[in-house]
Amino acid sequence: MVLIDFWNWALTALFGEVPYELSWVLGVLTGILLLVLTLLVNLAFILLADRKIWASVQLRKGPNVVGAFGLLQSFADFLKYIVKEPVVPASANKFIFLLAPIVTLTLALSAWAVIPVSEGWVVSNINVGILYLFAISSLGVYGIIMGGWASNSKYPFLGAMRTAAQMVSYEVSIGFVLITVLLWAGSLNLSEIVRQQGEHGWNLFTLLFPMAVIFLISAHAETNRPPFDLPEAESELVAGYMVEYSSTPFLLYMIG
Amino acid sequence: MLQALAFYLFSGVLVISAIMVIAARNPVHSVLFLILAFFNAAGLFVLMGAEFLAMILVVVYVGAVAVLFLFVVMMLDIDFTELREGFLEYLPFGAVIAGVLLAELIVVLLAWNFAAGTTVTARPELPPGGISNTEALGRVLYTDYFFVFQLSGLVLLLAMIGAIVLTLRHREGVRRQSVARQVGRTREEAVELKKVKPGQGI
Repeated sequence: MVLIDFWNWALTALFGEVPYELSWVLGVLTGILLLVLTLLVNLAFILLADRKIWASVQLRKGPNVVGAFGLLQSFADFLKYIVKEPVVPASANKFIFLLAPIVTLTLALSAWAVIPVSEGWVVSNINVGILYLFAISSLGVYGIIMGGWASNSKYPFLGAMRTAAQMVSYEVSIGFVLITVLLWAGSLNLSEIVRQQGEHGWNLFTLLFPMAVIFLISAHAETNRPPFDLPEAESELVAGYMVEYSSTPFLLYMIG
Repeated sequence: MLQALAFYLFSGVLVISAIMVIAARNPVHSVLFLILAFFNAAGLFVLMGAEFLAMILVVVYVGAVAVLFLFVVMMLDIDFTELREGFLEYLPFGAVIAGVLLAELIVVLLAWNFAAGTTVTARPELPPGGISNTEALGRVLYTDYFFVFQLSGLVLLLAMIGAIVLTLRHREGVRRQSVARQVGRTREEAVELKKVKPGQGI
């Protein structure tokens, strides 16, 4: 990885010979920090775009007060979520109730560890990158089941069951799409797959395009986005598994 | 140094969570500890250089099997006091089984002999030819043991079909959708035209 080499070079230039492990730790840590920062700032604007687009679909204006064109709306919301009081229901299993959103966010962020941003710019360039992604995304369901169960209330539990059933079933189709990709590339390493993509370009695109459509649909179902947002079901289950959550835990769920 | 640290972290959490699986009072907590144990076992696999096995362990056990466990355990309404009532009654029987298992383990460990010339390492060498261990596993499974592999797949398929056959039953008195009947319906049998005289109704 580029950052490890950078730290190795910088530390050697400053202090002479240093153990490789030190520069490895520093390199990976800075890599994670950079990645998470970029991701979260990106996420703020993607959330804003999401709200704006949905608003214009429904002939509303959407957020337009905070900052120019409402550009700072997500940051205002972020502050609001953090300073509000987190409410834990009296009958809830407190530990699991608070653990669940943390699990969700951690898994969502840790999936990015193997995604190559550029040549040599990847936190962990492992041989089984695709499998790692698949494993992590199949774990995402735990955050939701735990949250729904620990709330100790009907609606979250029903919502969690529906979400879990949907996520588990669409995982199968995602798995099959991934298999077609790795059959083509002959490798499970994401950097290698991206390299092959650059080499074959349009051939790959036309061959795997139907799979991309299936993947897009399954990915929407897996992440419970519209039109597959029936686990959230605003009108019947209020917000599915997130009913009892407030302030920061809710924010963690939203980001995850 | 880092690897040793990671090893002690993973194995420590693994042992503690494995104990908690049987010690936890709430069955849902037990399943969650079981998941943690699986996860740490996967971490140990990664440390040994068996990254494919680790990922498969997470995908299959944590991602699929344990979710079903969790579903079932959460749906069950378990009375904890009732569960503990028969404890003394079953204690001797359980103790006998535990004793037998312990004795077997001791016998196995005492009789454990390594073949001459093998060296015990925590991290085995990579397969020759510079291939990743995913590829090496694939070669072994699909080249050397092809028929055995297919046969085990067949056994699994059989088990699946067996489970479906055992649980599938058609109950009487349940309204079911019959696509053939719906499609075969004609206009004549579905719609009846009536002349309605004004002021009289039908």
